Amino acid sequence: MELLRESYEIQGRNFDKAGEVSGEIKVVLKDLGIEAAHLRRLVIVAFEAEMNVVMYARKGVMTLIVTDDDICLETTDEGPGIPDIELALQEGYSTASDEMREMGFGFGMGLPNMKKNSDEFRVESEVGKGTSVFTKIRLPADG
Amino acid sequence: MKLSEIRDLLGCELLTGEEDLGLDIREVVASDGMSEILAFAKSGELMITGLTNIQSIRTADIAGVNAVIYCRNKRPDKRVVEFARQKKIPVLVTPMVMFDICGILYARGLKGVS
Repeated sequence: MELLRESYEIQGRNFDKAGEVSGEIKVVLKDLGIEAAHLRRLVIVAFEAEMNVVMYARKGVMTLIVTDDDICLETTDEGPGIPDIELALQEGYSTASDEMREMGFGFGMGLPNMKKNSDEFRVESEVGKGTSVFTKIRLPADG
Repeated sequence: MKLSEIRDLLGCELLTGEEDLGLDIREVVASDGMSEILAFAKSGELMITGLTNIQSIRTADIAGVNAVIYCRNKRPDKRVVEFARQKKIPVLVTPMVMFDICGILYARGLKGVS
């Protein structure tokens, strides 16, 4: 059964607000009674995904779907896209600017962190158009 | 080790979180890279960083760390401290550099997370 479906807009280049959506998602999931370890994994994915949109894209949308069985998070942006997804998934590989690194991000760990915290993880991208990152975290059967 | 002992050892100034000085800290995560913190923190750690922007506290909140110490007298602006207060994350500042902080805490039995 679907418990919640919510979409959030993310503004690209707005470093001041970067992370607000993930903070909101954390509160929403906590209110839903999602157990701490699963909640933590999901918000880490959300935060990294949100930072990627802020750093690289013009804008993006994050959609959170919670069911009895799992939490899905899909982040789609209008941005430059990723030419080589396999390379981007390697820890330490980064295309970040100095500005991004000064913000504490862009050390080549974002996508690997997201993958590590997901039970299912998929990246789709078209250069010049944008990127979609899909994450699923399975919830224990006993709720 | 109690957060109050860490404050005294490192000569910290407390910016917010007076009520949390009794927290028991066992593990530490230290980095200026927020993704490093997110990758290694398991929740409940002390976070040491030189990054003082709003993302440092957002990262602390998302990663579930218990307290934040800024090194080398780097001070976050008021808005960042206020945000930490809202999130109930104690924030301290020390004049010491990252290497010395880690050395002192390690010698006292605190461990890094990996």
